[in-house]
Amino acid sequence: MSAKHTHITDVVVVGAGLAAERSAIEAASAGLNVIILSLVPPRRSHSTAAQGGMQASLGNAAMAKGDNPQIHFEDTVKGSDWGCDQEVAKMFTETVPIMIRQLDYWGVPWNRVVAGKKKLPSGLEVEDTKDKEGLITARDFGGVAKWRCCYTSDGTGHTVQFVVDTVVCKMGITVHDRMEAISLIHDGETCLGVVARCLRTGDLNVYLAKSTVIATGGAGRLYAASTNAVINEGTGGAIALNTGLVPLGNMEAVQFHPTGMPPVWILMTEGARGDGGYLLDKNLHRFMPDYEPKKKELASRDVVSRRMIQHIRAGYGVESKYAPQHLWLDIRHLGRKWVWTNLREIATIAMNFNGLDPAKDLVPVLPTQHYTMGGIRTNKHGFAYGLKGLFAIGEAACWDLHGFNRLGGNSLAETVTAGYLVGIQLAKYTLGATQKFDYKLVEGFVKKEEERIKNLISGKNGKENVWEIRAAAQNAMMDHVHIFRTGKSLQEGVAKLQELYKRSLKIGLRSSGQGANPELAQALRMPGMIRTSLCIAYGALMRTESRGSHFREDFPKRDDVNWLKRTLAYWKEGADLPTLDYEPVACPYMPPGDRGYGEATAPAKGK
Amino acid sequence: MSRNITLSIFRYNPNIPGDTPRMQDYKLEEYSGMTLFVALNEIREKQDPTLMFDFVCRAAICGSCAMLINGRPGLACKTLTKNLPSRFTLMPLPVFKLIGDLSVDTGTWFRNLQVRTESWIHTNKKFDPNALEVRMSNETAEAIYEPERCIECGCCVATCITANIREDFIGATGINRVSRFLIDPRDERTDREYFEVVGNEDGAFGCVGLMACDDYCPMEVPLQKQLALVRRKMAAAGLKLDLKGMKIS
Repeated sequence: MSAKHTHITDVVVVGAGLAAERSAIEAASAGLNVIILSLVPPRRSHSTAAQGGMQASLGNAAMAKGDNPQIHFEDTVKGSDWGCDQEVAKMFTETVPIMIRQLDYWGVPWNRVVAGKKKLPSGLEVEDTKDKEGLITARDFGGVAKWRCCYTSDGTGHTVQFVVDTVVCKMGITVHDRMEAISLIHDGETCLGVVARCLRTGDLNVYLAKSTVIATGGAGRLYAASTNAVINEGTGGAIALNTGLVPLGNMEAVQFHPTGMPPVWILMTEGARGDGGYLLDKNLHRFMPDYEPKKKELASRDVVSRRMIQHIRAGYGVESKYAPQHLWLDIRHLGRKWVWTNLREIATIAMNFNGLDPAKDLVPVLPTQHYTMGGIRTNKHGFAYGLKGLFAIGEAACWDLHGFNRLGGNSLAETVTAGYLVGIQLAKYTLGATQKFDYKLVEGFVKKEEERIKNLISGKNGKENVWEIRAAAQNAMMDHVHIFRTGKSLQEGVAKLQELYKRSLKIGLRSSGQGANPELAQALRMPGMIRTSLCIAYGALMRTESRGSHFREDFPKRDDVNWLKRTLAYWKEGADLPTLDYEPVACPYMPPGDRGYGEATAPAKGK
Repeated sequence: MSRNITLSIFRYNPNIPGDTPRMQDYKLEEYSGMTLFVALNEIREKQDPTLMFDFVCRAAICGSCAMLINGRPGLACKTLTKNLPSRFTLMPLPVFKLIGDLSVDTGTWFRNLQVRTESWIHTNKKFDPNALEVRMSNETAEAIYEPERCIECGCCVATCITANIREDFIGATGINRVSRFLIDPRDERTDREYFEVVGNEDGAFGCVGLMACDDYCPMEVPLQKQLALVRRKMAAAGLKLDLKGMKIS
């Protein structure tokens, strides 16, 4: 047996979310043949779940006056706790306004400025001026100096993905949906494409390309509770890591969003607080101003999430049927019309899953795993470290816009901006590259996957149950690698994961594995998922400081002397732990300083 | 109080030689807040690892998990089992090609729809990266967002008599998609050009007006309203083609 189909193309893009499709458009525009592979049809990608909006310094709204890319840049660097690549942040903030306008040209129905005087929930009165009427408006978000988050109600990811996909359809770019890349083909220097498993038939396919782009999104499902879609298992990063040559950068930088809704852990957009929503405790007291007098509910996500847990630990959590301990999101004062127009998606979610109408009811919330700042380490043009012809973009990548904490609204903005910028670079590279065919090499990679499948079906290596291992690994991440971290607990987490990793190599199917068998799909992913979890846990254990979302209770201060550096995690063959390396993080434009919020700025305790 | 529930699920994997369509029962103990997302995953992980179904967002925004729930189309992820009888059926959506069990190929169907209806902005303007965006009223933006909210789950297609009979009918979702461009000032197509795309029996005139689509849309997209808009426009455009000079609005 060998691969059922072999496809030869210039560029193969793994993933079909916004970063993937935007880069495919750029490559196809340069005249290249592109094939997009995706677990799901493009319009079902997790990008569509982005709610609140896209940060871009258009400066149209009343509270956005005077905004520019420089201020956006500064907000992004502070948000990252000086962990980001400042050159990337510069390119990004300068390009994103053009991206917003191009999306508008393609058809995104951005909400617009309506002229007139308005009274904000805070009591502040503002006026949107006539000269800006009809231009793209923006809402407030966490950790920003200006209102900069462009939106379409709270379904921004949906409208942007649908519109970008219209361009993909118009250009006739080939999409193979239900096709999962399960390994990279390479000769030790250059990436030659991927081996993929068809999720319709179970057949193996080979894709040979001059350039391979990984844009598979985040790895939220390494945690038991995550706002992420169920497809976000970090598989793109895992197949890169598996080469032993390509490192994952800063995997310990994991974002916990302040407002996941228990018990289903679906996101309640930051736009709810951006538009004036409050966080309340069991006494219905608005507690955030006690901790963060300046930014209140709109400090950066890492800070708000920690303050929430701190407040619950102080005894102010709510006990209810939704969760043993949680807090409340209150947007009742925004009024029914606002809630059901501008926050309609989350209002519907609260209604669907908890029977709550946020126009009159409080909504339970708790910080929940939300975003993977780390990813396949690339240079500022999206070229992956370690293999030529391999690129990574979006949440799957670490080029590194977000450092140790991403600002809300910067991820959706990153997808299209990186897709565009990296798309130009990868097109340039691909036009100058020659296709390599080494049939024996390719066959070797296919054989290896066939062997794995055969062994999983026959149970040759063992009879471990894939679902039990997945649940145990997800729980280990919840128990040991969450918002507040300590050396002792991380050590225990690493040990548990190492044990589970060994067991994951002994998985045997209970079913026949025939056709597009879902148990086999999960079993093929499992060792890679735990390797990625170990990169997070071990990276967190070794980083003996607190920076952004990575908070060590035993090392509560940021340490710029020793830790102004980026973690690079490699997985050597036969290892049961990643090998960690570090590279310096340069700060050419903005030296490390005070964020203006968070524990270093406002250590004040709540009442 | 927990109760025991029985899920009677359609089983058939066309990729397994010799497999035949059948219904299979699975028993579960229901607990508070249980959705079909939770129930089906529990069955797969504890009882039957071969069971095929699709979930992505599990938040009722991606449209992956539409199926016939006790005979009616709906999104499984947001369906609470407590709202169903203690024994109920789950079947794959009709019209779409079956992949296996509850999983159907909506991706191919919808991609064909986009291409056939040319569902993208048609404009002769070139994008100018140095120019400001073209102004639009917020009301217009909100009006476009309304039909744009369609998540392409396929519920309206599954429940549509015409779509079940005629393979090429674009369904309420297709007509709604066209309406979204029809009201978008950035799209420069004339009514006559739209007429060529949807002014026929596979488009706006194929609908027989039963409106189950409107009843079963999980996003509550106003399909009846969007359909009426497209039909009115297309009827006017069609008549204009025949009766030149007569003003019809």
